[in-house]
Amino acid sequence: MDVDGIYRAEYGRCVATLTRLLGDISLAEEAVQDAFATAVEKWEKTPPNPGAWIVTTARNRAIDRLRRESTREARHAQALLLHAPDEPREVGPVRDDQLRMIFTCCHPALSPPARAALTLRLLGGLEVGEIARAYLVPETTVSQRIVRAKKKIRDAGIPYRVPGEGELPERLDSVLTVLYLVFNEGYTSTSGELLRTDLCLEAIRLARALAELMPGEPEVTGLLALLLLTEARRPARVGPSGELVVLAEQDRSLWNRELIAEGHELVRRCLRLGRPGPYQVQAAINAVHTDGEATDWTQVLALYDQLWRLAPSPVVALNRAVAVAEVHGPAEALAGIEDLDLPGYHHLPATRANLLSRLGRTAEAVAAYDEAIALATNDTERAFLAAKRAVLS
Amino acid sequence: MRQYLLAVQLDESERDAPEDEVRAMLARTGKVTDEMKAAGSWVFVGGLEHSDASTVVRPAGGTTTITDGPFAETKEQLGGFWVIQVEDLDQALAWARKCALACGQPIEVRPFGDPSLRR
Repeated sequence: MDVDGIYRAEYGRCVATLTRLLGDISLAEEAVQDAFATAVEKWEKTPPNPGAWIVTTARNRAIDRLRRESTREARHAQALLLHAPDEPREVGPVRDDQLRMIFTCCHPALSPPARAALTLRLLGGLEVGEIARAYLVPETTVSQRIVRAKKKIRDAGIPYRVPGEGELPERLDSVLTVLYLVFNEGYTSTSGELLRTDLCLEAIRLARALAELMPGEPEVTGLLALLLLTEARRPARVGPSGELVVLAEQDRSLWNRELIAEGHELVRRCLRLGRPGPYQVQAAINAVHTDGEATDWTQVLALYDQLWRLAPSPVVALNRAVAVAEVHGPAEALAGIEDLDLPGYHHLPATRANLLSRLGRTAEAVAAYDEAIALATNDTERAFLAAKRAVLS
Repeated sequence: MRQYLLAVQLDESERDAPEDEVRAMLARTGKVTDEMKAAGSWVFVGGLEHSDASTVVRPAGGTTTITDGPFAETKEQLGGFWVIQVEDLDQALAWARKCALACGQPIEVRPFGDPSLRR
Protein backbone atom coordinates (compact mmCIF):
# COMPACT_ATOMS: atom_id res chain seq x y z
CA MET A 1 0.00 0.00 0.00
CA ASP A 2 1.19 3.56 -0.66
CA VAL A 3 1.62 6.13 2.10
CA ASP A 4 -1.58 7.93 1.00
CA GLY A 5 -3.62 4.77 1.45
CA ILE A 6 -2.02 4.05 4.81
CA TYR A 7 -2.67 7.63 5.85
CA ARG A 8 -6.39 7.27 5.11
CA ALA A 9 -6.59 3.91 6.85
CA GLU A 10 -4.44 4.62 9.90
CA TYR A 11 -4.73 8.35 10.61
CA GLY A 12 -7.76 8.15 12.91
CA ARG A 13 -6.40 5.19 14.85
CA CYS A 14 -3.01 6.86 15.37
CA VAL A 15 -4.46 10.23 16.42
CA ALA A 16 -6.78 8.46 18.86
CA THR A 17 -3.89 6.57 20.47
CA LEU A 18 -1.63 9.63 20.61
CA THR A 19 -4.46 11.66 22.15
CA ARG A 20 -4.62 9.12 24.98
CA LEU A 21 -0.86 9.29 25.45
CA LEU A 22 -0.56 13.08 25.20
CA GLY A 23 -3.94 14.19 26.52
CA ASP A 24 -4.21 16.82 23.79
CA ILE A 25 -5.82 16.39 20.37
CA SER A 26 -3.88 19.13 18.58
CA LEU A 27 -0.53 17.87 19.85
CA ALA A 28 -1.51 14.36 18.81
CA GLU A 29 -2.39 15.52 15.30
CA GLU A 30 0.91 17.40 14.92
CA ALA A 31 2.86 14.37 16.09
CA VAL A 32 1.05 11.99 13.71
CA GLN A 33 1.54 14.37 10.78
CA ASP A 34 5.24 14.64 11.64
CA ALA A 35 5.48 10.85 11.68
CA PHE A 36 3.82 10.52 8.25
CA ALA A 37 6.22 13.13 6.87
CA THR A 38 9.08 11.02 8.25
CA ALA A 39 7.54 7.90 6.69
CA VAL A 40 7.50 9.53 3.25
CA GLU A 41 11.26 10.20 3.61
CA LYS A 42 12.30 6.92 5.18
CA TRP A 43 10.11 4.09 3.92
CA GLU A 44 11.68 2.16 1.07
CA LYS A 45 9.09 -0.50 1.54
CA THR A 46 6.09 -0.52 3.86
CA PRO A 47 6.87 -1.89 7.35
CA PRO A 48 4.86 -4.95 8.45
CA ASN A 49 2.72 -2.92 10.87
CA PRO A 50 2.62 0.64 9.50
CA GLY A 51 0.15 1.87 12.13
CA ALA A 52 2.40 0.79 15.01
CA TRP A 53 5.42 2.35 13.24
CA ILE A 54 3.55 5.66 12.94
CA VAL A 55 2.43 5.59 16.60
CA THR A 56 5.94 4.82 17.87
CA THR A 57 7.54 7.46 15.65
CA ALA A 58 4.89 10.05 16.54
CA ARG A 59 5.38 9.34 20.23
CA ASN A 60 9.15 9.75 19.95
CA ARG A 61 8.75 12.98 17.98
CA ALA A 62 6.33 14.30 20.60
CA ILE A 63 8.78 13.45 23.39
CA ASP A 64 11.55 15.31 21.53
CA ARG A 65 9.32 18.30 21.00
CA LEU A 66 8.20 18.42 24.64
CA ARG A 67 11.81 18.15 25.85
CA ARG A 68 12.64 21.26 23.85
CA GLU A 69 9.75 23.19 25.39
CA SER A 70 10.09 24.16 28.99
CA THR A 71 6.71 25.12 30.39
CA ARG A 72 5.33 23.37 33.45
CA GLU A 73 2.54 21.86 31.34
CA ALA A 74 4.99 20.41 28.85
CA ARG A 75 7.04 18.76 31.58
CA HIS A 76 3.86 17.31 33.03
CA ALA A 77 2.80 15.85 29.70
CA GLN A 78 6.32 14.61 29.11
CA ALA A 79 6.31 12.75 32.40
CA LEU A 80 3.08 11.06 31.40
CA LEU A 81 4.57 10.11 28.06
CA LEU A 82 7.65 8.56 29.50
CA HIS A 83 5.54 6.30 31.64
CA ALA A 84 3.42 5.15 28.71
CA PRO A 85 3.72 1.50 27.69
CA ASP A 86 6.28 0.92 24.95
CA GLU A 87 4.33 -0.46 22.03
CA PRO A 88 0.66 0.46 21.87
CA ARG A 89 0.11 -2.59 19.71
CA GLU A 90 -2.59 -4.55 21.46
CA VAL A 91 -5.91 -4.43 19.66
CA GLY A 92 -7.97 -3.79 22.80
CA PRO A 93 -6.59 -0.41 23.88
CA VAL A 94 -6.32 0.83 20.30
CA ARG A 95 -10.00 0.10 19.71
CA ASP A 96 -10.89 1.81 22.96
CA ASP A 97 -8.92 4.86 21.88
CA GLN A 98 -10.94 5.15 18.69
CA LEU A 99 -14.20 4.68 20.50
CA ARG A 100 -13.23 7.41 22.98
CA MET A 101 -12.37 9.64 20.04
CA ILE A 102 -15.73 9.03 18.31
CA PHE A 103 -17.60 10.02 21.46
CA THR A 104 -15.38 13.06 22.00
CA CYS A 105 -15.94 14.29 18.43
CA CYS A 106 -19.71 13.76 18.71
CA HIS A 107 -20.14 15.27 22.19
CA PRO A 108 -23.51 17.08 22.45
CA ALA A 109 -21.71 20.17 23.77
CA LEU A 110 -20.34 20.68 20.24
CA SER A 111 -22.50 22.07 17.44
CA PRO A 112 -23.80 19.41 15.00
CA PRO A 113 -21.83 20.77 11.98
CA ALA A 114 -18.68 20.79 14.14
CA ARG A 115 -19.32 17.18 15.18
CA ALA A 116 -19.47 16.03 11.56
CA ALA A 117 -16.40 18.02 10.49
CA LEU A 118 -14.35 16.88 13.48
CA THR A 119 -15.34 13.23 12.99
CA LEU A 120 -14.34 13.29 9.32
CA ARG A 121 -11.06 15.04 10.12
CA LEU A 122 -9.92 13.18 13.23
CA LEU A 123 -11.36 9.71 12.55
CA GLY A 124 -11.59 9.64 8.77
CA GLY A 125 -8.37 11.53 8.17
CA LEU A 126 -10.11 13.68 5.53
CA GLU A 127 -8.43 16.96 4.65
CA VAL A 128 -10.21 20.22 5.41
CA GLY A 129 -10.61 20.84 1.65
CA GLU A 130 -12.34 17.47 1.14
CA ILE A 131 -14.78 18.14 3.99
CA ALA A 132 -15.49 21.63 2.63
CA ARG A 133 -16.26 20.23 -0.84
CA ALA A 134 -18.57 17.61 0.64
CA TYR A 135 -20.61 20.14 2.61
CA LEU A 136 -20.36 22.96 0.08
CA VAL A 137 -18.97 25.44 2.54
CA PRO A 138 -15.78 27.47 2.23
CA GLU A 139 -12.59 25.80 3.50
CA THR A 140 -12.13 28.61 6.01
CA THR A 141 -15.53 27.77 7.52
CA VAL A 142 -14.55 24.13 7.99
CA SER A 143 -11.16 24.92 9.44
CA GLN A 144 -12.71 27.47 11.82
CA ARG A 145 -15.28 24.90 12.92
CA ILE A 146 -12.56 22.35 13.59
CA VAL A 147 -10.29 24.80 15.39
CA ARG A 148 -13.16 26.08 17.56
CA ALA A 149 -14.34 22.55 18.36
CA LYS A 150 -10.85 21.44 19.40
CA LYS A 151 -10.50 24.58 21.51
CA LYS A 152 -13.83 23.92 23.16
CA ILE A 153 -12.87 20.31 23.90
CA ARG A 154 -9.80 21.64 25.69
CA ASP A 155 -11.22 24.78 27.35
CA ALA A 156 -14.57 23.37 28.44
CA GLY A 157 -13.00 20.13 29.63
CA ILE A 158 -14.89 17.75 27.34
CA PRO A 159 -13.55 14.39 28.49
CA TYR A 160 -11.83 11.94 26.15
CA ARG A 161 -13.83 8.91 27.21
CA VAL A 162 -16.73 6.64 26.41
CA PRO A 163 -19.79 7.79 28.38
CA GLY A 164 -21.13 5.60 31.16
CA GLU A 165 -24.26 3.46 30.94
CA GLY A 166 -26.58 6.27 32.01
CA GLU A 167 -25.47 8.76 29.36
CA LEU A 168 -24.80 6.24 26.62
CA PRO A 169 -28.15 6.15 24.76
CA GLU A 170 -28.22 9.93 24.34
CA ARG A 171 -24.55 10.15 23.33
CA LEU A 172 -24.68 7.16 20.99
CA ASP A 173 -27.58 8.84 19.22
CA SER A 174 -25.38 11.79 18.34
CA VAL A 175 -22.66 9.45 17.01
CA LEU A 176 -25.13 7.50 14.84
CA THR A 177 -26.65 10.75 13.53
CA VAL A 178 -23.23 12.02 12.46
CA LEU A 179 -22.37 8.80 10.58
CA TYR A 180 -25.81 8.75 8.94
CA LEU A 181 -25.46 12.40 7.88
CA VAL A 182 -22.03 11.76 6.38
CA PHE A 183 -23.42 8.82 4.39
CA ASN A 184 -26.49 10.72 3.20
CA GLU A 185 -24.44 13.68 2.06
CA GLY A 186 -22.48 11.20 -0.04
CA TYR A 187 -25.54 9.34 -1.35
CA THR A 188 -27.54 12.43 -2.32
CA SER A 189 -25.23 15.40 -2.38
CA THR A 190 -26.53 18.84 -1.61
CA SER A 191 -25.55 20.05 -5.05
CA GLY A 192 -23.71 19.22 -8.23
CA GLU A 193 -23.44 15.50 -8.99
CA LEU A 194 -25.74 13.04 -7.27
CA LEU A 195 -23.11 10.90 -5.55
CA ARG A 196 -19.95 11.46 -3.57
CA THR A 197 -18.76 7.90 -3.26
CA ASP A 198 -15.82 8.68 -0.97
CA LEU A 199 -18.16 10.02 1.73
CA CYS A 200 -20.39 6.93 1.51
CA LEU A 201 -17.39 4.65 1.88
CA GLU A 202 -15.98 6.69 4.75
CA ALA A 203 -19.30 6.54 6.63
CA ILE A 204 -19.43 2.77 6.11
CA ARG A 205 -15.84 2.37 7.29
CA LEU A 206 -16.58 4.33 10.48
CA ALA A 207 -19.87 2.45 11.03
CA ARG A 208 -18.01 -0.85 10.65
CA ALA A 209 -15.46 0.30 13.22
CA LEU A 210 -18.25 1.34 15.61
CA ALA A 211 -20.13 -1.94 15.11
CA GLU A 212 -16.97 -3.89 15.86
CA LEU A 213 -16.39 -1.75 18.96
CA MET A 214 -19.97 -2.04 20.24
CA PRO A 215 -21.34 -5.38 19.06
CA GLY A 216 -24.02 -5.41 21.78
CA GLU A 217 -25.76 -2.22 20.60
CA PRO A 218 -28.48 -3.20 18.12
CA GLU A 219 -28.92 0.32 16.74
CA VAL A 220 -25.23 0.39 15.75
CA THR A 221 -25.65 -2.90 13.88
CA GLY A 222 -28.88 -1.51 12.43
CA LEU A 223 -27.16 1.61 11.11
CA LEU A 224 -24.36 -0.43 9.52
CA ALA A 225 -26.94 -2.72 7.87
CA LEU A 226 -28.89 0.30 6.62
CA LEU A 227 -25.77 1.85 5.08
CA LEU A 228 -24.67 -1.43 3.45
CA LEU A 229 -28.09 -2.17 1.96
CA THR A 230 -28.34 1.38 0.61
CA GLU A 231 -24.79 1.31 -0.74
CA ALA A 232 -25.45 -2.06 -2.42
CA ARG A 233 -27.92 -0.38 -4.79
CA ARG A 234 -25.62 2.48 -5.73
CA PRO A 235 -24.34 0.95 -9.02
CA ALA A 236 -27.92 0.84 -10.34
CA ARG A 237 -28.96 4.25 -9.05
CA VAL A 238 -27.50 6.25 -11.91
CA GLY A 239 -28.14 5.36 -15.56
CA PRO A 240 -25.68 5.35 -18.51
CA SER A 241 -25.93 9.11 -19.06
CA GLY A 242 -25.76 10.00 -15.37
CA GLU A 243 -29.53 10.14 -14.89
CA LEU A 244 -31.28 9.13 -11.68
CA VAL A 245 -32.94 5.70 -11.79
CA VAL A 246 -35.66 5.12 -9.17
CA LEU A 247 -35.78 1.90 -7.19
CA ALA A 248 -38.64 0.35 -9.18
CA GLU A 249 -36.75 0.82 -12.47
CA GLN A 250 -33.28 -0.21 -11.31
CA ASP A 251 -31.45 -3.10 -12.95
CA ARG A 252 -31.23 -5.45 -9.97
CA SER A 253 -28.42 -7.44 -11.56
CA LEU A 254 -26.17 -4.42 -10.90
CA TRP A 255 -26.77 -4.53 -7.16
CA ASN A 256 -23.88 -5.66 -4.99
CA ARG A 257 -24.89 -9.16 -3.83
CA GLU A 258 -22.14 -9.41 -1.22
CA LEU A 259 -23.20 -6.22 0.55
CA ILE A 260 -26.84 -7.31 0.37
CA ALA A 261 -26.04 -10.68 1.94
CA GLU A 262 -24.03 -9.00 4.70
CA GLY A 263 -26.77 -6.42 5.28
CA HIS A 264 -29.48 -9.09 5.54
CA GLU A 265 -27.40 -11.07 8.01
CA LEU A 266 -26.86 -7.94 10.15
CA VAL A 267 -30.59 -7.09 10.08
CA ARG A 268 -31.43 -10.59 11.33
CA ARG A 269 -28.74 -10.37 13.99
CA CYS A 270 -29.86 -7.04 15.45
CA LEU A 271 -33.59 -7.79 15.31
CA ARG A 272 -32.96 -10.99 17.27
CA LEU A 273 -31.86 -8.82 20.20
CA GLY A 274 -35.47 -7.65 20.51
CA ARG A 275 -34.70 -3.94 21.06
CA PRO A 276 -35.90 -2.39 17.81
CA GLY A 277 -34.95 1.21 17.05
CA PRO A 278 -35.35 3.55 14.07
CA TYR A 279 -32.11 2.49 12.33
CA GLN A 280 -32.92 -1.22 12.66
CA VAL A 281 -36.40 -0.71 11.22
CA GLN A 282 -35.05 1.38 8.33
CA ALA A 283 -32.51 -1.36 7.69
CA ALA A 284 -35.33 -3.93 7.70
CA ILE A 285 -37.24 -1.83 5.13
CA ASN A 286 -34.16 -1.85 2.91
CA ALA A 287 -33.78 -5.58 3.47
CA VAL A 288 -37.31 -6.05 2.06
CA HIS A 289 -36.47 -3.84 -0.95
CA THR A 290 -33.41 -5.97 -1.69
CA ASP A 291 -35.07 -9.34 -1.10
CA GLY A 292 -36.09 -11.30 -4.20
CA GLU A 293 -37.28 -9.95 -7.55
CA ALA A 294 -39.79 -7.33 -6.39
CA THR A 295 -40.53 -5.34 -3.24
CA ASP A 296 -43.16 -6.77 -0.89
CA TRP A 297 -44.96 -3.49 -0.22
CA THR A 298 -47.31 -4.89 2.44
CA GLN A 299 -44.29 -5.78 4.52
CA VAL A 300 -42.69 -2.38 3.85
CA LEU A 301 -45.87 -0.63 4.98
CA ALA A 302 -46.00 -2.69 8.19
CA LEU A 303 -42.39 -1.67 8.90
CA TYR A 304 -43.17 2.01 8.24
CA ASP A 305 -46.03 1.71 10.74
CA GLN A 306 -43.52 0.38 13.26
CA LEU A 307 -41.06 3.16 12.40
CA TRP A 308 -43.84 5.71 12.90
CA ARG A 309 -44.51 4.33 16.39
CA LEU A 310 -40.78 4.47 17.29
CA ALA A 311 -39.89 7.82 15.73
CA PRO A 312 -42.80 9.78 14.28
CA SER A 313 -41.69 12.62 11.98
CA PRO A 314 -43.01 14.31 8.83
CA VAL A 315 -40.24 12.62 6.79
CA VAL A 316 -41.34 9.19 8.02
CA ALA A 317 -44.96 10.08 7.17
CA LEU A 318 -43.87 11.07 3.66
CA ASN A 319 -41.89 7.87 3.07
CA ARG A 320 -44.74 5.81 4.50
CA ALA A 321 -47.06 7.43 1.94
CA VAL A 322 -45.03 5.86 -0.88
CA ALA A 323 -45.76 2.42 0.60
CA VAL A 324 -49.43 3.36 1.20
CA ALA A 325 -49.74 4.24 -2.50
CA GLU A 326 -48.46 0.79 -3.49
CA VAL A 327 -50.73 -1.08 -1.08
CA HIS A 328 -53.91 1.04 -0.93
CA GLY A 329 -53.58 3.30 -3.97
CA PRO A 330 -52.45 6.90 -4.63
CA ALA A 331 -55.64 8.58 -3.38
CA GLU A 332 -55.21 7.32 0.17
CA ALA A 333 -51.48 8.13 0.07
CA LEU A 334 -52.21 11.69 -1.08
CA ALA A 335 -54.73 12.23 1.73
CA GLY A 336 -52.04 11.16 4.21
CA ILE A 337 -49.52 13.81 3.17
CA GLU A 338 -51.81 16.78 2.58
CA ASP A 339 -51.10 18.38 5.96
CA LEU A 340 -47.36 17.67 6.17
CA ASP A 341 -45.19 20.64 6.98
CA LEU A 342 -41.74 20.21 5.44
CA PRO A 343 -40.66 23.63 4.20
CA GLY A 344 -37.88 23.52 1.59
CA TYR A 345 -37.94 19.70 1.33
CA HIS A 346 -38.29 18.92 -2.40
CA HIS A 347 -39.28 15.28 -1.78
CA LEU A 348 -42.70 16.44 -0.52
CA PRO A 349 -43.84 18.20 -3.73
CA ALA A 350 -42.06 15.49 -5.78
CA THR A 351 -44.07 12.75 -4.04
CA ARG A 352 -47.30 14.78 -4.38
CA ALA A 353 -46.56 15.27 -8.08
CA ASN A 354 -46.09 11.53 -8.57
CA LEU A 355 -49.35 10.68 -6.74
CA LEU A 356 -51.33 13.41 -8.56
CA SER A 357 -50.13 12.22 -11.96
CA ARG A 358 -51.11 8.64 -11.10
CA LEU A 359 -54.59 9.99 -10.25
CA GLY A 360 -54.77 11.74 -13.63
CA ARG A 361 -54.75 15.21 -12.03
CA THR A 362 -52.18 16.38 -14.60
CA ALA A 363 -52.34 20.15 -14.15
CA GLU A 364 -51.85 19.88 -10.39
CA ALA A 365 -49.05 17.35 -10.92
CA VAL A 366 -47.21 19.75 -13.25
CA ALA A 367 -47.49 22.53 -10.67
CA ALA A 368 -46.14 20.20 -7.95
CA TYR A 369 -43.20 19.18 -10.19
CA ASP A 370 -42.44 22.88 -10.75
CA GLU A 371 -42.38 23.37 -7.00
CA ALA A 372 -40.09 20.36 -6.51
CA ILE A 373 -37.71 21.45 -9.29
CA ALA A 374 -37.41 24.89 -7.70
CA LEU A 375 -36.47 23.32 -4.35
CA ALA A 376 -34.14 20.50 -5.52
CA THR A 377 -30.50 21.42 -5.01
CA ASN A 378 -28.62 18.78 -6.96
CA ASP A 379 -28.41 18.70 -10.75
CA THR A 380 -29.26 15.01 -11.18
CA GLU A 381 -32.45 15.18 -9.13
CA ARG A 382 -33.51 18.38 -10.90
CA ALA A 383 -33.02 16.74 -14.29
CA PHE A 384 -34.99 13.69 -13.12
CA LEU A 385 -37.92 15.84 -11.99
CA ALA A 386 -37.83 17.94 -15.17
CA ALA A 387 -38.02 14.76 -17.30
CA LYS A 388 -41.05 13.54 -15.31
CA ARG A 389 -42.71 16.92 -15.75
CA ALA A 390 -41.98 16.97 -19.50
CA VAL A 391 -43.81 13.66 -19.98
CA LEU A 392 -46.95 15.21 -18.45
CA SER A 393 -47.21 18.45 -20.38
CA MET B 1 -10.15 19.32 38.99
CA ARG B 2 -11.76 22.16 37.11
CA GLN B 3 -14.19 24.88 38.15
CA TYR B 4 -17.40 25.67 36.29
CA LEU B 5 -19.99 28.40 36.62
CA LEU B 6 -23.56 27.08 36.45
CA ALA B 7 -25.50 30.24 35.62
CA VAL B 8 -29.30 30.36 35.91
CA GLN B 9 -30.73 32.10 32.83
CA LEU B 10 -33.83 33.74 34.25
CA ASP B 11 -36.51 34.99 31.85
CA GLU B 12 -37.45 38.24 33.56
CA SER B 13 -40.25 38.99 31.11
CA GLU B 14 -42.30 36.29 32.81
CA ARG B 15 -44.52 37.43 35.64
CA ASP B 16 -43.23 36.66 39.14
CA ALA B 17 -44.28 33.20 40.29
CA PRO B 18 -46.62 32.85 43.31
CA GLU B 19 -44.84 32.72 46.64
CA ASP B 20 -45.53 29.03 47.34
CA GLU B 21 -44.02 28.09 43.96
CA VAL B 22 -40.91 30.15 44.73
CA ARG B 23 -40.61 28.41 48.10
CA ALA B 24 -40.92 24.97 46.48
CA MET B 25 -38.28 25.95 43.90
CA LEU B 26 -35.90 27.13 46.62
CA ALA B 27 -36.41 23.85 48.48
CA ARG B 28 -35.51 21.89 45.33
CA THR B 29 -32.42 23.95 44.49
CA GLY B 30 -31.34 23.83 48.15
CA LYS B 31 -31.48 20.05 47.95
CA VAL B 32 -29.23 20.03 44.86
CA THR B 33 -26.78 22.33 46.69
CA ASP B 34 -26.74 19.91 49.65
CA GLU B 35 -26.02 17.04 47.23
CA MET B 36 -23.12 19.05 45.73
CA LYS B 37 -21.71 19.64 49.21
CA ALA B 38 -21.97 15.94 50.07
CA ALA B 39 -20.19 15.03 46.80
CA GLY B 40 -17.40 17.54 47.42
CA SER B 41 -18.27 19.44 44.21
CA TRP B 42 -19.68 22.59 45.80
CA VAL B 43 -17.68 25.83 45.86
CA PHE B 44 -20.25 28.64 46.05
CA VAL B 45 -23.92 29.35 45.45
CA GLY B 46 -25.81 32.62 45.21
CA GLY B 47 -29.25 33.81 44.18
CA LEU B 48 -29.52 37.30 42.71
CA GLU B 49 -32.14 40.02 42.88
CA HIS B 50 -33.77 40.87 39.53
CA SER B 51 -31.65 42.92 37.14
CA ASP B 52 -33.69 46.07 37.83
CA ALA B 53 -31.66 46.21 41.05
CA SER B 54 -28.46 46.40 38.95
CA THR B 55 -26.22 49.41 38.41
CA VAL B 56 -23.36 49.50 35.92
CA VAL B 57 -20.14 51.46 36.44
CA ARG B 58 -18.33 52.08 33.12
CA PRO B 59 -14.85 53.41 32.52
CA ALA B 60 -14.94 56.56 30.37
CA GLY B 61 -11.74 58.39 29.53
CA GLY B 62 -9.98 58.00 32.87
CA THR B 63 -13.13 58.53 34.90
CA THR B 64 -16.34 56.50 35.24
CA THR B 65 -20.03 56.86 34.54
CA ILE B 66 -22.83 55.22 36.47
CA THR B 67 -26.01 53.97 34.81
CA ASP B 68 -29.14 52.33 36.11
CA GLY B 69 -29.92 48.80 34.89
CA PRO B 70 -28.08 45.67 33.78
CA PHE B 71 -25.01 45.35 31.54
CA ALA B 72 -27.06 44.04 28.62
CA GLU B 73 -30.77 44.69 28.04
CA THR B 74 -32.08 41.20 27.26
CA LYS B 75 -35.04 39.12 28.32
CA GLU B 76 -32.77 36.55 30.00
CA GLN B 77 -30.69 37.77 32.88
CA LEU B 78 -28.41 36.06 35.33
CA GLY B 79 -30.76 34.96 38.09
CA GLY B 80 -28.27 33.19 40.31
CA PHE B 81 -25.39 30.77 40.06
CA TRP B 82 -23.42 27.88 41.45
CA VAL B 83 -19.67 27.50 41.25
CA ILE B 84 -18.63 23.86 41.27
CA GLN B 85 -15.41 21.92 41.15
CA VAL B 86 -15.43 18.65 39.15
CA GLU B 87 -13.26 16.50 36.88
CA ASP B 88 -14.67 17.41 33.46
CA LEU B 89 -17.55 18.85 31.44
CA ASP B 90 -19.60 15.65 31.68
CA GLN B 91 -19.66 15.88 35.48
CA ALA B 92 -20.51 19.59 35.27
CA LEU B 93 -23.34 18.80 32.84
CA ALA B 94 -24.71 16.15 35.21
CA TRP B 95 -24.99 18.79 37.98
CA ALA B 96 -26.41 21.35 35.52
CA ARG B 97 -29.14 18.90 34.58
CA LYS B 98 -30.17 18.60 38.25
CA CYS B 99 -30.04 22.38 38.68
CA ALA B 100 -32.14 22.99 35.57
CA LEU B 101 -34.80 20.53 36.73
CA ALA B 102 -34.76 22.00 40.25
CA CYS B 103 -35.11 25.67 39.28
CA GLY B 104 -37.06 25.22 36.04
CA GLN B 105 -34.73 27.56 34.12
CA PRO B 106 -31.98 27.03 31.53
CA ILE B 107 -28.48 26.70 33.02
CA GLU B 108 -25.41 27.94 31.18
CA VAL B 109 -22.34 25.87 31.97
CA ARG B 110 -19.15 27.85 31.59
CA PRO B 111 -15.65 26.79 32.50
CA PHE B 112 -13.44 29.08 34.57
CA GLY B 113 -10.28 30.13 32.75
CA ASP B 114 -7.37 27.80 33.43
CA PRO B 115 -4.00 29.47 32.62
CA SER B 116 -2.20 26.11 32.58
CA LEU B 117 -4.23 25.14 29.49
CA ARG B 118 -3.04 28.05 27.36
CA ARG B 119 -0.28 27.21 24.93
